Amino acid sequence: MTAPLRLVVRRRETAVLEGPGRNVEISIRVPTDLDVVEEAVDLVARHCLASGVPPRAARFVMRVVLCEALANAILYGNQLDPSKRVDVRVEVDAAAVTLHVRDEGAGFDPTTIPDPTASDRIDADKGRGLFLIRQLVDEVRFNDRGNAICMILHRA
Amino acid sequence: MSFTVRKDEPKGVVVVGVDGQLIVGNRHDLKKKVLDALDAGDRGFVIDFTATGYIDSSGLGVLVSLAKKIRELDGDLRLAGLNRDLRTLFELTKLDTLFTIMDSAEEAVAAF
Repeated sequence: MTAPLRLVVRRRETAVLEGPGRNVEISIRVPTDLDVVEEAVDLVARHCLASGVPPRAARFVMRVVLCEALANAILYGNQLDPSKRVDVRVEVDAAAVTLHVRDEGAGFDPTTIPDPTASDRIDADKGRGLFLIRQLVDEVRFNDRGNAICMILHRA
Repeated sequence: MSFTVRKDEPKGVVVVGVDGQLIVGNRHDLKKKVLDALDAGDRGFVIDFTATGYIDSSGLGVLVSLAKKIRELDGDLRLAGLNRDLRTLFELTKLDTLFTIMDSAEEAVAAF
């Protein structure tokens, strides 16, 4: 049985930002288990909503992209190895919501992922995750190793 | 999250409701329910997303896979009840060109 997920929330007050709870960091360590993805996504999204993230972002966009990134990390990054974990960290401030997802895998080259909307791939059973992330958020970055993704939603 | 399965008579269309999410953790449950009905001889299917929060790419992939299997057996799979956000996922991935998408499950069943 998987241990309960534990969310860590840090709030920082700054003189520059207006409004309570606008500078928040949420982190959670997720086991390599596809069955906990929904719960992890829900936990993070609910805390983001409470931290001032716009409702559509917290209820839909964040949930979809976090779900995609977690599934990729568990399936392709950690390759379902239960000894490995996925670290999720979300920064919420007045300018943006930034989601970091890091697995313990060898990493991959994101430039090698084909376009799933191409006519010869449109009816493929898989391969749409990263494409959806790129479509739904404003910026996507990877670390050099390719085992950590950073997804940024601008608030303006 | 759960799936509800009912058969809409007299047309015999199987309507599967997705209550919650259709994602990597439960996609196989939906696949099994539809394939079981297909094995039992059913050929008309509607997936009703009226009570669905979000769908991930694994969920989209299962729908594509099921649609192909059902068409191979001369059946049809239709989607219904997608809100604006869910419909956006199908439009972004161009899957709206692969599926018949109706506003409601009743409308989708009536069109069989």
